[in-house]
Amino acid sequence: MLDFPLWKRISLWAITLLLALAAIPSITSLSGVDLPEWADGPEVNLGLDLAGGSHILLEADPSQVAAQRLETMEENVRGLLRDAEPRIRIGDVSTANERLSFMMEDASEIDRAREILTPLINGQGLVREWNLAVMDGNRMVLTQTEQGLDQAVTDAMDSATDVVRRRIDDLGTREPTIIRQGDTRIVVQVPGLEDPQQLKDLLGQTARLEFKLVDANALPSDIAQGVANPGSELVPYADDSDFAGQFEAVRRLGGIRGDSLTGAQQSFDAQTNEPVVSITFDAQGGARFAQLSTENVGRRFAIILDDEVISAPNFNEPILSGSAQISGGFTVESANALAISLRSGALPVDLTIIEERTVGPDLGRDSIVAGALAMGVGSLLVVLLMIATYGRFGVYATIALGFNVLMVLGIMAFMNTTLTLPGIAGFVLTIGAAVDANVLISERIREERRRGRRVVAAVENGYKEASRAIYDANVTNFIAGVLLFLFGSGPVRGFAVVLIIGLFTSVFTAVVLTRMWVAGWLRDKRPAEINV
Amino acid sequence: MKLLKLVPENTNIRFLKWRVPFYIVSLLLIAASWALVLTKGLNYGVDFAGGQEITGTFLEEQDAPIGELRDTLGTLGLGEPVIQRFGEANQVSIRVRLPESAEGDPAAANRIATQIIDTVTAEHEDFRVDSNNTVSGKVSGEFREKSVYALLFAMLAIAAYIWIRFEWQFGVGALFALFHDVSLTLGMFALFQMEFSLQIIAAILAIIGYSLNDTIVVYDRIRENLKKYRKMPLPELLDLSVNETLARTVMTSLTLLVALLPLLLFGPASLFGMVAAIVLGIFVGTYSSVYMAAPILVWLGVTSNSFVPEETVAERQEKKARGEI
Repeated sequence: MLDFPLWKRISLWAITLLLALAAIPSITSLSGVDLPEWADGPEVNLGLDLAGGSHILLEADPSQVAAQRLETMEENVRGLLRDAEPRIRIGDVSTANERLSFMMEDASEIDRAREILTPLINGQGLVREWNLAVMDGNRMVLTQTEQGLDQAVTDAMDSATDVVRRRIDDLGTREPTIIRQGDTRIVVQVPGLEDPQQLKDLLGQTARLEFKLVDANALPSDIAQGVANPGSELVPYADDSDFAGQFEAVRRLGGIRGDSLTGAQQSFDAQTNEPVVSITFDAQGGARFAQLSTENVGRRFAIILDDEVISAPNFNEPILSGSAQISGGFTVESANALAISLRSGALPVDLTIIEERTVGPDLGRDSIVAGALAMGVGSLLVVLLMIATYGRFGVYATIALGFNVLMVLGIMAFMNTTLTLPGIAGFVLTIGAAVDANVLISERIREERRRGRRVVAAVENGYKEASRAIYDANVTNFIAGVLLFLFGSGPVRGFAVVLIIGLFTSVFTAVVLTRMWVAGWLRDKRPAEINV
Repeated sequence: MKLLKLVPENTNIRFLKWRVPFYIVSLLLIAASWALVLTKGLNYGVDFAGGQEITGTFLEEQDAPIGELRDTLGTLGLGEPVIQRFGEANQVSIRVRLPESAEGDPAAANRIATQIIDTVTAEHEDFRVDSNNTVSGKVSGEFREKSVYALLFAMLAIAAYIWIRFEWQFGVGALFALFHDVSLTLGMFALFQMEFSLQIIAAILAIIGYSLNDTIVVYDRIRENLKKYRKMPLPELLDLSVNETLARTVMTSLTLLVALLPLLLFGPASLFGMVAAIVLGIFVGTYSSVYMAAPILVWLGVTSNSFVPEETVAERQEKKARGEI
């Protein structure tokens, strides 16, 4: 047990020094000292609770994806059956109860309709997207398959993640982290942010822009009562618009979606000098917008953003340039935010902020200082207690403790893990617990000496007999640590990381290293008596 | 140099003599803890209750206008906001629980947070938001569920490990000691109505790991002594084991305590609850190692044969029956 050949000593020292030195870039950077480039290396990341920043958890509602698919399906079914040769007439179309159902005017057309709709039902992917059933001989009912919907939700979340990334990049923040979590969630972490509200506004805006024709036949009295003509729907005006609180009746189908934009800029209206957003369509979108405006000169259309009407101007003339201007009660800031959102594309689903953790940069700085101070004083007390109680063995324990702290930090830097505020508590706990192994060993040596064993045998037995309990205790701590890691997110996970790494390093430093030192001392001095 | 010996050598305290009264007291304490948790309830922070906790500094004022904040924020119709000093005199924490109307509306929490910040900054331009924790009802519900599972699973997994390494009686003893530690910690949080957050769950999970260190040391010695003194009556043997390891039990807890004490006294304000829970857990855990985990072995019927393979016991009895021994 006390035999340490040269190769063993060299490799133990090499591991110790390598990992301890790896802590230096983190320590210097925490205390604000710049290292020369040759000495620099990986550092621990600071968690948002120490560095300052925002952690935002966004969630999408999958039922919204389902509703949108249903609406698209309705539009496609109507289009295909209308364009069929000869035209297939349907009626009593309903999208209630999450299914699309319609009546065939001529029941004998069912098979032809089924054939026409087959590509839509099968979809383009590997899974069948819709189920088709025929009821009462003349009613076709389309329901979404579970796999089809799951696939649609996954696609929507993938593209939502991209949109979120583009928007945050547009803000010019440094090193944002954007990760999909589970089926319907996105985690956004942005360090050191001046104005978290700006970020939240940007993420909260779906930016689904639609141009729909105003239903000119709607009676104001009907609108006031909340009744829309068949084929029309009532859309509220946005709170910031000039007609807040009122509704507009628009044609449900036949509009244009604003997801085919190539550009969006905040600018000012040439006449009123009011902030506006200028948008440019891509070729396809421009052509459709030109067609819509040509066919409807003199009629009003509603510009709808996220299911709220911003404004409802006239098509004064055909708009063939492929660009347009959106106005309606903007401030420069809100126009700018909308421009960013439109540039980065609409979110395919609404995202709701369901959790936010924001820490200002000053608070984090204060926490590091207070934590480091408390850690220093705590270490000092532990060291005093250990040396006063175990003498030489306490000194060994102290040196081991120093290496232990450095090695934990070094490993964290190598593994690119994050130090959080609870992680500081983890360090302090590790300091208090790491010397426990030395307590057990030293006490056992005391005991063996009392039983009359000679020095070398007592030390050897001390390490051997204490190891069992040290091993068991560390395994139980490890179990708790792993559960802590699995359970926790963010800050709590940082706590678990420090505890788990600390378990491994403390066994190494407190058991292996001290044994090497004690062995060296026994070999050199051959003491007949030890004071422990 | 004369070394410090906090625990004298060769103590002979008869811990086991009072095991029945100690057990009754401990069981009563566990029952009282759960009664408190169930009647008074835990003071859930935003992590578990949903809502928001905002901390901030009034940069140009000596003292935070707490009374005034209470009045202005009270009129927002968000229920009773909890406004406290947090750290320095010009720093406050504003905690608002999610109103019941927010149920099923995941966006409500974030909207209310914005409303609070806007209201405060409208009257005090020098108000700097230091932190903002906003948790919707959905997320807080998930946290509650996850916490319960994590605690239960940690206790069971560790007890199972002790069972494998020792004997089933020791596993049951460890589980009981852990249950005692967790119950009393929860009870204290219910009694003093300290804010109960995710950090506290993390602290309890750490306690579950560390409070067992002492138990393992005692159990390890019991196992050793069971093999060594095969004829010694169990209560006597347990007393001997606890006494022999007493210095260790005290010292290992003490090193943890002195390391944590400065963090408790002048560490970051937002760590106070977590560190307090760990410190509390260390006390409770040390007590339970000595007074709970060891004595229960008497009732669970540990014998010196517990660590001899069963077949050997059976063989011995057979031999005895045949009159060979």
